[in-house]
Amino acid sequence: MAKKINSYDDLMNYFKEKEPLIRNRIDLTDKNQKRQILVCGGTGCHASESKLLVENLIKLIKDKGLSDKVSASQTGCFGFCEKGPIVKVFPDDVFYIEVKPTDADEIINRHIIENKVIERLLYEEPSIKKKVETQQEMSFYKKQERIALRNCGIIDPETIDEYIANKGYQALGKALTAMDQDGVITLLIESGLRGRGGGGFPTGVKWSLAKKNNVPEKFIICNADEGDPGAFMDRSIMEGDPNAVLEAMAIGGYAIGASKGYIYIRAEYPLAIERLQIAINQSREMGFLGKNILGTGFDFDVELKYGAGAFVCGEETALIHSIEGMRGEPTTKPPFPANSGLWEKPTIVNNVETYANIPPIILNGAQWYNSKGDVKSKGTKVFALAGQINNVGLVEVPMGTTLREIIYEIGGGIRDGLEFKSVQTGGPSGGCITKEHLDTPITYENLISIGSMMGSGGMIVMSEKDCMVNIAKFYLEFTVDESCGKCTPCRVGNKRLLEILTKITNGNGTMEDLAELKELSEVIKDTSLCGLGQTAPNPVLSTLQYFWDEYVAHVVDKKCPAGVCQKLVKYEINAKCIGCTACARVCPVECITGSVKQPHVIQQDKCIKCGACYTKCKFNAIDKN
Amino acid sequence: MAQVTLTINDRKVTVDEKSTVLDAARQLNVKIPTLCHLNLHDLKINHTNASCRICMVEIDGRRNLAPSCATPVVEGMVIRTHTKRVLKSRRKVLELLVSDHPFDCLNCYKSTDCELQTLVNEFGINKNTYEGFAMSQYPVDESSKAIRRDLTKCIMCRRCETVCNNVQTVGVLTGYKRGFEAVVAPAEMKGIVDTKCTYCGQCVAVCPTAALTGISYIQDVWNAIFDDKKTVIVQTAPAIRVAIGEEFGMQPGEIVTGKLVAGLRRMGFDSVFDTNFGADLTIMEESAELIERVVKNKDLPILTSCCPGWINFLEYQFPDLLNIPSTCKSPQQMFGAIAKSYYAEKIGKKPEEIVVVSIMPCIAKKYEASRPEFAPNNVPDVDFALTTRELAKMFKEAGLDLNDLPEEQFDSPLGESTGAADIFASSGGVLEAALRTAYEKMTGKKLDKVDFVSVRGMEGVKEVTIDIGGTPLNFAITSGLGNARIVLEKIRSGESKYHGIEIMACPGGCINGGGQPFIHGDSSIIEKRMNAIYKEDSGKKLRKSHDNPSIQKLYKEYLGEPLGHKSHELLHTEYYKKHGS
Amino acid sequence: MEKFNPEPKIKTLPDELYKKLDSYIDDLSVDRKDPRKKGNLIQVLHKAQGIFGYLPEEVQVHIANRLFLHHSEVSGVISFYNYFTTTPKGKYCVSVCMGTACYVKGAEKILNEFEKMLNIKAGEVTEDLKFSIDALRCVGACGLAPVVLINDKVYGRVKLQDVKKIVEEYLVATESEKKE
Ligand SMILES: Cc1cc2nc3c(=O)[nH]c(=O)nc-3n(C[C@H](O)[C@H](O)[C@H](O)COP(=O)(O)O)c2cc1C
Ligand code: SF4
Ligand code: SF4
Ligand code: SF4
Ligand code: SF4
Ligand code: SF4
Ligand code: SF4
Ligand code: SF4
Ligand code: SF4
Ligand code: FES
Ligand code: FES
Ligand code: FES
Repeated sequence: MAKKINSYDDLMNYFKEKEPLIRNRIDLTDKNQKRQILVCGGTGCHASESKLLVENLIKLIKDKGLSDKVSASQTGCFGFCEKGPIVKVFPDDVFYIEVKPTDADEIINRHIIENKVIERLLYEEPSIKKKVETQQEMSFYKKQERIALRNCGIIDPETIDEYIANKGYQALGKALTAMDQDGVITLLIESGLRGRGGGGFPTGVKWSLAKKNNVPEKFIICNADEGDPGAFMDRSIMEGDPNAVLEAMAIGGYAIGASKGYIYIRAEYPLAIERLQIAINQSREMGFLGKNILGTGFDFDVELKYGAGAFVCGEETALIHSIEGMRGEPTTKPPFPANSGLWEKPTIVNNVETYANIPPIILNGAQWYNSKGDVKSKGTKVFALAGQINNVGLVEVPMGTTLREIIYEIGGGIRDGLEFKSVQTGGPSGGCITKEHLDTPITYENLISIGSMMGSGGMIVMSEKDCMVNIAKFYLEFTVDESCGKCTPCRVGNKRLLEILTKITNGNGTMEDLAELKELSEVIKDTSLCGLGQTAPNPVLSTLQYFWDEYVAHVVDKKCPAGVCQKLVKYEINAKCIGCTACARVCPVECITGSVKQPHVIQQDKCIKCGACYTKCKFNAIDKN
Repeated sequence: MAQVTLTINDRKVTVDEKSTVLDAARQLNVKIPTLCHLNLHDLKINHTNASCRICMVEIDGRRNLAPSCATPVVEGMVIRTHTKRVLKSRRKVLELLVSDHPFDCLNCYKSTDCELQTLVNEFGINKNTYEGFAMSQYPVDESSKAIRRDLTKCIMCRRCETVCNNVQTVGVLTGYKRGFEAVVAPAEMKGIVDTKCTYCGQCVAVCPTAALTGISYIQDVWNAIFDDKKTVIVQTAPAIRVAIGEEFGMQPGEIVTGKLVAGLRRMGFDSVFDTNFGADLTIMEESAELIERVVKNKDLPILTSCCPGWINFLEYQFPDLLNIPSTCKSPQQMFGAIAKSYYAEKIGKKPEEIVVVSIMPCIAKKYEASRPEFAPNNVPDVDFALTTRELAKMFKEAGLDLNDLPEEQFDSPLGESTGAADIFASSGGVLEAALRTAYEKMTGKKLDKVDFVSVRGMEGVKEVTIDIGGTPLNFAITSGLGNARIVLEKIRSGESKYHGIEIMACPGGCINGGGQPFIHGDSSIIEKRMNAIYKEDSGKKLRKSHDNPSIQKLYKEYLGEPLGHKSHELLHTEYYKKHGS
Repeated sequence: MEKFNPEPKIKTLPDELYKKLDSYIDDLSVDRKDPRKKGNLIQVLHKAQGIFGYLPEEVQVHIANRLFLHHSEVSGVISFYNYFTTTPKGKYCVSVCMGTACYVKGAEKILNEFEKMLNIKAGEVTEDLKFSIDALRCVGACGLAPVVLINDKVYGRVKLQDVKKIVEEYLVATESEKKE
C-alpha cells in the first residue's frame, strides 16, 4: 500500500526521501553513483521489443548479483524513435541506438562490468561523421529545449515515486496551498501559454471564462485524441509522463471550480491508456486524486474515456458529444464549451501538451515561461518530424525556431541526398510551405500568414520525389473520410474537391477544374461548420499557390513531374534493352512485344501502368516518365 | 427580457437578447434563405442544426461567414446579408446540394411544394456544376403502407430526426454512417416497417424535400371511382375542412366544408359522408366507457384511442399499459365498420362491393386502415386513406378549384354530425366532446355551457379538474408523443391521479397532422386552423354527440346500447404488444 | 416493463459471451431515469466488441435494451466510428497504417501487396475468416514508417518483399493449429 500524502509538507518530505531515485539522471557529475540503465518504452521502441530488452537486463543483473551496482528500467520516448530502441546509461550519459534484446549481455558485460562503451551501438553524428556517446553531441538534440517532454527519457512512467522525485505534484501543492483560483489563472495568462491543440487560444483566458460561470458542476477535459496522422507528441507525453497530465488537470479543476476530469483518448493508443490508468491508480492511492487532496478540502478525480476512430472527435464539441455517448458531430459555437460543454455544464477542453506545460509554469513562474519563445507565441512546441528527412522523431524547440533549423540541423536534412521541396505543417488542416519560407520563425501567426498552421505539430518533409497534387489529394482523402457529414460544404464540397483532384491526377483535368478548385475551396473554408471543414481545403489552396506549375503540368501536359501519379506515368523501353523477355512475362495485360534477344516494345494504348515491367527489368532498359 | 441593437444592411434593429441574427433580419423583413432551420415557436419545436449553410451572412470582425439561424445577436453587431461573398457562398452551397440530388423534379411528388426546389429556382440554378461526380444511391423504402422514404432526395437537414427523437421521442431515426455516406435512417438502414415507427408523419410534415412523403393511394382511388362495379363512398375528417383551402391559395383557417363536399361529389364518389359521424359515434361509446370505469373505479385513467399514431406508440413502447386505453376504434374505423355493415345492408350491397375512402390529415390512418383486425373476412373496413394533400392533388387533376365550387351538404345518413365531432381535430377536442356527453349522462342534467375552454389550446400538456355533478374528475390533455411519454411514465410509476387522458400524436392535434398542407415553418398556421375548428363548432346547432339524430337512429335500429354486444363487435378493438427497432 | 426495443429474434452468439457483457453492464448500474445514461454507450460498445469481436444486430439490440436506449441510437453511434464493426474480422487482422508518415514512405504499395497476397480488399475478410485487412490512420509509430499491425503486433519499416514473409508466418501458425 502506497503512502497517503496528506499535506503539502507531507509531499515535500516524501520528495526529499525519493529524490535520490533519479538524482544521478539529472546530476551527471558524480560518476561513482550506482548506475541506471534506462530503456525507451515508447510505442516506437516498444514495437521493436524494448520490453524484452528491459526484462533481459533485469534478469542478467539479478543473475550476476549486480543489483547494488546497477538497475534497469523503462522510460518514456526519447524522441529519436527511428533509431530505437534507445538505451541510455546514467550517470555515464551514454546513448545507445537500435539496441536489440540480445544486446543485453553485451551491455551488462562490457559496459557495466568492463566499463567499456559499446562502439557498435553508438550513433554516428552525420555533421562530423563520427560516433558520439552523449545526447549533447548529437545535432538532433542540440537545439531542443524540453519542457513538455521534461520527464521523457528521465523517469519510469509507471512509478509515481519517480515523478515525485522530479518535483511531481509540487505545482498542485503550491496552487492548492499558496494560490487562490484567480491567482492560478492570472499566472497562466501572464505566462502567455497558448493551446497546443492547434488553435492557439490563450489557456489562462479560457480558464477564466469557465471560472466566471457560477454553477456547482463543471468539467475538465484533456483532449488526447491526437488524430493528425503523423503526429505523436501527445502519445509520447502520456506514455512517458502520465502524471504530469493528471497534475495539470487537477490544477485546472481547482482554478475553474471543477471536481471531475475526463481524458478522451484514442483507443488506438493502448500503451498510453495503460500508463495513464496506472498513473491514475497510483495517484488516487497517494491522494493526489480523490477527496480532500493534500488536506485542502479540494476534491478532484479523473476518468478515461476512449475514442473510437473518428478524427473529428478531436474537435472539442464533437469530443464532448462523444463522451456523452453520441455521434461525434460538432455543433456551432457559441455557445463555447467554457460556458456550456459536457452535459451543458461549463467545460474546459485542453490538449495534452498544453497540460504538460502547466506544472513547470506554476513552479517556475510566469516570467520564466514568458521569457522563452517569440513575441506572441511563448514557450516551446513539440513537433513530430517525419517524411523524407534523415532524423525522424519528436523534437521540442522554443517557439520562434525556424523551419530551416528544424529540418536541416535537428532533422539532419533530406534523406538520400534528395532535393527539399516542401514541408507540410498542421496535418490535414495545414498547408505546404516552400523553400522561400524556410527561414520563417515558427509561431502561430507566422504559419497562418504563409498559408499553413501550427496544428498539433505534425511536420512532414517532402522531396522532389513527392507530387504535390497527389499530396493535396492524399489530405483530401483523409478529410473526406473523416468528415462527420453534418454540413453541406464539408460533406459534399470536400468530396467534390477530392473528385476534381482525382480527375487531375488521372490526367483528365482541365484549366476550369483548377479555377473551380480554388473557388470551391474558398467557399468551403468560409462556410463550413467546424474546424475540419474550415481548414480541409488548406492543402489544396497552398499547393495551388506554391506549386501551380505542377498542377498545370498535370492538366496541360498530362505529366506528373514527380512520377507519382500512376495514370500519368508512361513506361517506355530504351536502347539498353537486351531482349531478355522478363518484362513481357510479368506484364499482366501482355502488352509488351518483341522476340528473344530483340529490343522489346510497350504498346502504350494497352498498358495499364502497373509498373511491373519497370521493377522487373534488370538492365535499366525501361524508362518511367 | 433585455434588448440589444444591431445593424443589418445599414438598418438598425432592436431585438430580444435571446434572438438569432435570423430573427432580427426577419423583424426587418430582410429575407434570408434557410433549409435546415426549423423553429415552430408555438409548438416549442426548435431545430437549430446549422448544417445546411445556406443562411450564411457576413458579420463584421468575424473571419468566416456565420449561420444566421444559429448565431445569437450581440449588441452593436454589424451584419450584411447579400454581399458578393455571401451570395457566391450560398449559390455554391446550393450547387453542392444539387450535385448530390437527382434532377427529378418533373416526376417528384413534392414538386412546387419543395423548399429545395424553390431555392434552386430563386437562385436560377439550371445545371449540375459537378456533373459526372458521385451521387448517393439508396433504394426507395416503400416497405410500409404509410411512409415512403427516398434518401436520394435527402439534404441532411436532420429536421426529421429532431422531430422523431426529441419531439415525438419515438426514436426511430438516426444519423447513420458519416461523411458523404451519411444518411438519416432507422437503425442499420432497416425498412421503416421493421421499426417502431408510429407513422405519426411528423417527420414527413417537416421534411423540406421529397425524401419523406406519404405512400400515395391516388391511383387506387381513381381506379375505384372509375370501377362501375363498386360503390365508392368517402368520409372526410374534421381537420380537412379548415386546411385544404390553403392548397388553393386561401388563407389558413378558412372553412371550406361545403365546397369540399361539392368537390368530392364532382370527383365521382357515390356518396359523400363525414368522419364526424364516426366521431360522434366514438363519443357515444367512449363516454359510456369513461362513466363505467369511473363508477367501477377500475382501469383508470382511461386513455382516448382515436389517434392511431399514439396507439402505435403504446403498442411498441408501453406494452405494459395495453389495458388502459379506451377500446373504442378511431372514428375512421368506426365509420368504416358501420359503412360496411349497417350502411351496406341499408343499400343492399355486400361489404366487398363498397369501397370506403377516407380523407385524413394523417399518415398513421393509412397504416391503421391496413391493420388486419380491421378487415373482417379480409374485407377492409376502410380501403384507402388519403391525406389532405393527396385530395388537393386529385381535385387539381380533375380541374376542380375549391374557390369556384358551391357549398353543398353531406349525404345522409353517415354525413350528419354535431359540433362535438368538429373539435376532434384539435388537441383537447376529444375530451371536450366526451365531457359534453358524459356530463349529461352522469348527472342526468342538461349541460348549459358546452364550452370547456380550459382543455383547449396548443400547450403540450394540459391538466384540468372538472366537476361533474359534485365529483371532481382529473384530466390531462397531451399532444405530441413526447408529452404523451411524460404522462405515460407517470401512469407506469403509479403517480398518476388522472381519471382520463386525451392523447394526440401530433403536436396540436390533427390540425397539424402529417398529411396536412405543409406549413413550411410557419406555426401560426396551426393556430389559425385551430381557431377555425372552434368557430365551426360554435356555429352548429347541435353540439353534443348524443344529440345527433342519425346516431340515435343507428343505435335504435342496429346497435342497441353503447357498449352493447353489437357495439363490441363493430366498434371496439384490442391492442397488441409489438417489436421494432 | 422498460424495454422498448425488439427482443432479438434469435440470439445466435454464445450465451456465456452475453453473460460476460452483462456482468460488465451490471457493474455500471445504469439508471433508466438518468439523463446521462447514454454516456456509458461507447465504453460498453468497446467492451462488447472486445467480447464478441464485432457488433452484429443482436448484440446492438441487447445493448440498447440494457442501457435503455433506442436501437437507432446504438446503431447510429456504431456506424459513425471506424473502430466499431458490424461484420466479423479475421482471426489475424492486418492493419496497414496509411497515416501521412507511412503514406509518404510507400504504405499504399504495401497495402496493395497484402490485398494481392490475400485476395481481398481493405475492409474485407477472407472466406475462411483467417485474415482481414484494414487501412488505419497513424498508429503513432511513425518513426518506423511504413507500419503494419497484425492484431497487436507491430511490424515497422516494412518492405514490399516482407509482405509475403509476414503472411506466411501466420499461415504457418494456422496450419500448425489445425494439426493440434
Ligand atoms: C477537426 C479537428 C480536430 C482536432 N483534433 C485535435 C486533437 O486531436 N487534439 C487536440 O488537442 N486538439 C484537437 N483539435 C482542437 C480542439 O478542438 C481544441 O481546440 C483543443 O483541444 C483545445 O485545447 P488547447 O486550447 O489546449 O489547444 C481539433 C480541432 C479540429 C477542428
Ligand atoms: S465541417 Fe465537416 S466535420 Fe465539421 S461539422 Fe461540417 S461536415 Fe462535420
Ligand atoms: S526486361 Fe528489360 S531488358 Fe529484358 S526485355 Fe524487358 S526491357 Fe528489355
Ligand atoms: S506498366 Fe504494367 S501494363 Fe504497362 S507494360 Fe509494364 S507491365 Fe505491362
Ligand atoms: S425533392 Fe424537390 S428538388 Fe428534389 S426532385 Fe423533388 S421537387 Fe425537385
Ligand atoms: S419547368 Fe422546364 S423541365 Fe419542368 S416541365 Fe417546364 S419546361 Fe419541363
Ligand atoms: S412517422 Fe413519426 S414515428 Fe415514424 S419516423 Fe416519422 S416522426 Fe418518427
Ligand atoms: S429526410 Fe427530409 S427532413 Fe430528414 S434530413 Fe432528409 S431532407 Fe431533412
Ligand atoms: S394526431 Fe391526428 S393526424 Fe396526428 S397521428 Fe393522430 S390522428 Fe393522425
Ligand atoms: S519510442 Fe523510443 S525514442 Fe520514441
Ligand atoms: S438554415 Fe442556417 S444553416 Fe441551415
Ligand atoms: S503515419 Fe503510420 S504510424 Fe504514424
